[in-house]
Amino acid sequence: MSNNIRLKKGLDIPVAGKAALQCERTVIGDLVAVSGCEFRALVPRLLVKEGDSVLCGTPVLADKKRPEILFTSPVSGTVKAVVRGEKRKLIEVQIQTDGRQAAIDFGKKDVNALSAEEVKDALLKSGLWPSFVQRPYGIIAHPDDTPDAIFVSAFSTAPLAADIDFCCKDEVKFIQAGVDAVRKLSAKGVVVSYRKDGKSPLEKLENVQKFYFEGKHPAGNVGVQIHHLRPIRKGDVVWTITPMMLAAIGKLFLTGKVDLMRKVAVSGPAALYPAYINTVPGVKMSQLQDFFGTQTQSVRIISGDLLSGKTVGFEGSLGFKDNQVSLILEGNDYEMFGWAKPIRMSQFSTSKTYFSWLTPWKKYEMDTNLHGGERAFVVSDVYGKVLPMNLFPVYLAKACLAGDIEKMEKYGILEVLEEDLALCEFVCPSKIDIQAIISDGIDLMLKEMA
Amino acid sequence: MNPLRKLVDQIKPTFEKGGKLGFLHSTFDAFETFMFVPNTVTRKGSHIRDCVDIKRVMIIMVLALVPAFFFSIWNIGYQHTLAFGLKDWGFWNIVGYGLMKIIPLYLVTYIVGLAIEFASAQIKGHEVNEGYLVTGFILPLIVPVDVPLWMLAVATAFAVIIGKEVFGGTGMNIWNPALLARAFLFFSYPSSMSGDYAWIGGLQKASEGGIPWASGSGVIVDGFSGATPLANASMQGLADHGYNFWNLFVGNIPGAVGETSAIAILLGAILIVWTGVASWKIMVSGIAGGLLVGWVGFIGGATDIPCWYQLVMGGFLFGIVFMATDPVTSAQTECGKWVYGFLVGAICVLVRLFNPGYAEGMMLAILLMNTFAPLIDHYVIEASIKRQARKKVKIA
Repeated sequence: MSNNIRLKKGLDIPVAGKAALQCERTVIGDLVAVSGCEFRALVPRLLVKEGDSVLCGTPVLADKKRPEILFTSPVSGTVKAVVRGEKRKLIEVQIQTDGRQAAIDFGKKDVNALSAEEVKDALLKSGLWPSFVQRPYGIIAHPDDTPDAIFVSAFSTAPLAADIDFCCKDEVKFIQAGVDAVRKLSAKGVVVSYRKDGKSPLEKLENVQKFYFEGKHPAGNVGVQIHHLRPIRKGDVVWTITPMMLAAIGKLFLTGKVDLMRKVAVSGPAALYPAYINTVPGVKMSQLQDFFGTQTQSVRIISGDLLSGKTVGFEGSLGFKDNQVSLILEGNDYEMFGWAKPIRMSQFSTSKTYFSWLTPWKKYEMDTNLHGGERAFVVSDVYGKVLPMNLFPVYLAKACLAGDIEKMEKYGILEVLEEDLALCEFVCPSKIDIQAIISDGIDLMLKEMA
Repeated sequence: MNPLRKLVDQIKPTFEKGGKLGFLHSTFDAFETFMFVPNTVTRKGSHIRDCVDIKRVMIIMVLALVPAFFFSIWNIGYQHTLAFGLKDWGFWNIVGYGLMKIIPLYLVTYIVGLAIEFASAQIKGHEVNEGYLVTGFILPLIVPVDVPLWMLAVATAFAVIIGKEVFGGTGMNIWNPALLARAFLFFSYPSSMSGDYAWIGGLQKASEGGIPWASGSGVIVDGFSGATPLANASMQGLADHGYNFWNLFVGNIPGAVGETSAIAILLGAILIVWTGVASWKIMVSGIAGGLLVGWVGFIGGATDIPCWYQLVMGGFLFGIVFMATDPVTSAQTECGKWVYGFLVGAICVLVRLFNPGYAEGMMLAILLMNTFAPLIDHYVIEASIKRQARKKVKIA
């Protein structure tokens, strides 16, 4: 069977602001946050109190329902504040850094000699377990499950995404150790998908099944890859993990320390000098002021990519698994006769009702304007052109809106996360929030399963 | 800042909730968003969006209808000169007559239709949908030129209320609203919608002994019948009336206002296929369906007209290009579109061949397939899901 898969559908959005492949600075700042908010369906329990001193790897939060799943500090310092929101919901724990990055010693281990139970135990205790995302539903993997396989995408196609080749070129040794450790947790080991004809440093990895994908975004989405390699049906469980988190796992076993330091792309049309920085998850966006200068009010700060990232704002922080910060101007101004102009060169559209197709080389300074009002589903074949999955996204969305569990399963809710359908939302002329609809659908599934 | 924007911002609070004219919010919003792309920013999901919106899609559709619209202005006048022997009429007389005939049709459909659209948006507190811009543009093009305006008004109201708003507005309707209006006219007022006198301006009135406006002596030319090609669907019949493939293709023949000219319709088709606003699959398979049934009928002796004549007679091309492809009421799946289009074309010609009493099959073919489109999609999706379930796992 061929290991090459060619995806014809998709779209690489030509947005300006790609990060230059240089990484000269390390940014941590004096305040770093540990938060459970970014994990779906997680209710966190607090394990520290203000004034406690913590090291890299000290447990800060735990999952209330599965208390063995811990979230640990990425820095050393003291707990400065516990921030709560409405109904005392735990928003984040702020840690005052001491700049030493002192870490708890979990002990160096020979990964090949470890049993699955020992690997699991080490990952849970060190707080690296939340790196595993379970499919279906995109929740933190359950430690008692044995997934059929663990999927890794070795390239990213999202707009302005961090270049995984660049980020991982010095980490191959650790990623190999990570692979050797986690493959014991699954039935069929680790499956890595590469860009066809790419020169990924990760192609050196051993003990993995390799597949090669060709195509535009979302070919790099692990969900799309799973759809083509091992379609998820009812009752199936697979896990996914990013190369960067594999590197962290490798470091845990090879050095005995929790080291979440990673290269992060600061990109986007509003970034003054798009480039990479070294940092840890939880770093405050206010530390990145250099990148957006004085435009604090008018710029939207996103942890993640422009399609599926989370708006975190000036006071927000980098997500646990994210390796990209996107900066984009808020498009809250009016455009006179925008839709009626025959030519609208400054705006990008995949639709041939505009003329972007004449200038395929052009990169656009996009903003967050919705470019229209929300309408019912009218045009029928726009989603299919950007979704390289054998699904019917409109039917899936309608099933989610109707809350019809049976139909949601039938139309593929088990196979998708929001990010996989993000392009459908981008191109939608009716401006329908597909990702939010899918997200609500998944929440409903989880509620019904519970 | 733009002075117009300033003015809009000044009067905006009056129309907002709690303002003096708050009840006109949807109306104000419709005009505001018509002039300015709103300043709404993305809140959930994707932070960036494609700049295409439904307004753009709809305006392209309207543009595609413009060639047929222009041609119809000329053809209305031209047919009138033929009927009344007005040989001294020049181009501008002809166009002037056409305009005087067509403008009232447009005024009626847009005033009645948009009034209902605005009122229902107002009642529901929604934004006004753009869908009616297209429906209102198509409707006058598919009726006989002398249709009484009050009938057109009633039919428009029926189509917008029963055909669309009761289902929830644009995007939710089951049948193409413009065709529904035509079907309403056809079944409610058949005498004004068929026969030899309905298709040429002034002919009906003259035949009843009156003198129509701008018709010279008001006397119909000796031997002029006004019958459409469809009413004489045999080679002999066509030849008797001086119709050949070429004038059927150009469209200088009697028929519903905008449906006669294949050239004008094809110009529009190129635009909507290129921009992706309408499905080329439906058009191609529809034409294939029409040709196939026309050919089988020709071979089998049901008609002596070669199958390609079927494409240029009556409303076949107009229907398959502009109405069968309505994205809301046609099949939604790509595979379903092939089936749907094919059946529209096939049923249309089937009706023509075997129901001489009702020669124009396009309207009912499309309405029928609108009804069955969800069923076609259902089977396409079921089959696809079954195929997907059989797909092999690639990992070892």
